[in-house]
Amino acid sequence: MKKQSLKMALVGVAVMSLIAGACGGSDTAATEETTATAETTAPAAECVTPTPVKLQLQWFTQAQFAGYYAAQDQGFYAEQCLDVTILEGAVDISPQTVLANGEADFAISWVSKALASREGGANIVNIAQVFQRSGTLQVSFKDKNITTPADFKGKNIGNWGYGNEFEIFAALTAAGLDPAKDVKLVQQQFDMAGLLAGDIDAAEAMTYNEYAQVLEAVNPKTKALYTAGDFNVVSYEAEGVGMLQDAIWADGKRLSDAAYVDTATKFVAASLQGWAFCRDNTSACRDIVVSKGSKLGASHQLWQMNEVNKLIWPAAGGAGMIDAAAWDRTVALSQSAKNLEGGTVLTKAPDAGAYTNDIVTAALALLNGKGVDTTGSAYMPETVALTEGGN
Amino acid sequence: MKLAGRIAYRIVMFALTIAFVTALWELYKIVGPQDGGKFLGVRILPRANDNAMPHVSTMLSRYSRPEVRGSDKKIWIVVLSGAWFSLRLSLVGFFLGTTIGISLAVLMARFNVIRRGLLPYLVMSQTVPLIALAPLVVSWGGKLEIGSFVWPRWLSASILGTFLAFFPIAVGTLRGLTSAPSAALELMESYAASWKQTLFKLRFPAAVPFMVPALKLGASGAVVGVVVAEISTGLKGGIGRLIIEYAREATGDPAKVFTAVFGAAALGLTMSGLVAFSDLFLMRNRPKETST
Repeated sequence: MKKQSLKMALVGVAVMSLIAGACGGSDTAATEETTATAETTAPAAECVTPTPVKLQLQWFTQAQFAGYYAAQDQGFYAEQCLDVTILEGAVDISPQTVLANGEADFAISWVSKALASREGGANIVNIAQVFQRSGTLQVSFKDKNITTPADFKGKNIGNWGYGNEFEIFAALTAAGLDPAKDVKLVQQQFDMAGLLAGDIDAAEAMTYNEYAQVLEAVNPKTKALYTAGDFNVVSYEAEGVGMLQDAIWADGKRLSDAAYVDTATKFVAASLQGWAFCRDNTSACRDIVVSKGSKLGASHQLWQMNEVNKLIWPAAGGAGMIDAAAWDRTVALSQSAKNLEGGTVLTKAPDAGAYTNDIVTAALALLNGKGVDTTGSAYMPETVALTEGGN
Repeated sequence: MKLAGRIAYRIVMFALTIAFVTALWELYKIVGPQDGGKFLGVRILPRANDNAMPHVSTMLSRYSRPEVRGSDKKIWIVVLSGAWFSLRLSLVGFFLGTTIGISLAVLMARFNVIRRGLLPYLVMSQTVPLIALAPLVVSWGGKLEIGSFVWPRWLSASILGTFLAFFPIAVGTLRGLTSAPSAALELMESYAASWKQTLFKLRFPAAVPFMVPALKLGASGAVVGVVVAEISTGLKGGIGRLIIEYAREATGDPAKVFTAVFGAAALGLTMSGLVAFSDLFLMRNRPKETST
């Protein structure tokens, strides 16, 4: 009996210590949200209490969002007297909803997805179009002979869903194909295994992520990495059905508030300064992103940084300016491209309040005053060599 | 000594099972079709190639290599700390789930009207998909303040563990509490024992054989809830987040995601191991055939 009560006590102590340990988990979890308070550059003299700002990303920390992390790391936000917290995205987090619910001050989202949310009642406004070009591709092996969207006919076409598939529908519609009958749409995983295994004839890929993944994989036939020569690539941007992607969205309800507009202007300016920094310092930005906890390998991350820069620079009208022609094209495609059910992304054109160039214009003026190059007219992309697994 | 013998037996069986599964996996890699088998257009045999099914040795050796090149952190450390993080969240979830589950069971055993009213809702609650619930619960993080207590984000993941854990515990305990033989209940009544006395002296002891398997289900439910919450809301630090991050790299580094998956499996085993341990203690005075 005595032995048993000792055992019982031991079990009790073990359980208690585990539970106590679990309750101490908060400090580990708190590292999730990184703030710019303790960063390098000293804020301007008049900055007494920095304005807290929350930015909601679309996905985990990666070079796709390097500009914001660079602005935080290099103290550009602090210079503008902002204390920016960057919130990572996840599978089930919709940045548009987070923004509309007031849980974040700004959010990054693709234009077509955000406009669909806006049509659904979310009062969100595009204040800076960071990515001027679309980075979506449809990648297939050479022997499938898929070089234009018209070749999709009768093929297994991979797509991610969740609103990332609109360009595929737009391309199919433009090529005169019916998504419901002429192609077989296949739900694609986060990796490109479906393409390599042959389940998918043409897989959806971002230039800055999934396309790199296939180039990091080993071809079992040659025991060497796959090369760009092994694949055909359909670029939706080149096909003329590219839709605008990563943009900074603001809360429409608060845009009548002068203080919020001021914060937004400073936020956009500092963010664009971060992107300009990443254009000129790709490796430094790669390191910043890695230090913020990205699990993707270094060469993959550098590739991503370089490809993202290509989507932003050169920006003839100034970085972040919303080009009316590209906007109208995105809207027109969102209204005309038929999906599986024969519906369209948008049922009617968004009202004029869906975007504004006022904030980004003021932000660019602010940056030009500081001598930041906001057009990147001399920008030249680098050549990045990928290694196995992107490590 | 009987106890030590049983533990040794279980450890040996566990090792044998692992060896058996490993052998089966490698055997399939030798005889299985490289490109999978299809029957009438439906895939029935998985692919045996190295991308879909890496060698066990490849997966194990991945543990000793760095997480990403240039980092000095070996992947086993990352996976272990992720599993430890998720284990603590699961324990909180399991603890809350047990408390809620047993309380509900007692209430339902005591008041018939509560049982009739509540039970259908409990069953219904389990049909709500976890991924629909996750973003909602997680959005409480940092926003909900109860007095001076600010709801931390990790607690939301624990709550989703609780959500999956409480149900089997509530149902199992209720079944156990009502399982006392009527002769024994009548005896208690003849002693003029209060309901509370009957509960602690008769009903709870009678419920133990029902509660132990329920707690085991609850424990693994808590782990599943936490891991799914981590995946769906991207909570950093846990094993669920590692799984989804590594899954993205499965194209070029297929062994990597398995390291995290094994971590999650080890986590589930640890949790049910903890319950099994308490089972040895709770069931010490009972005939052994009921212990599972």
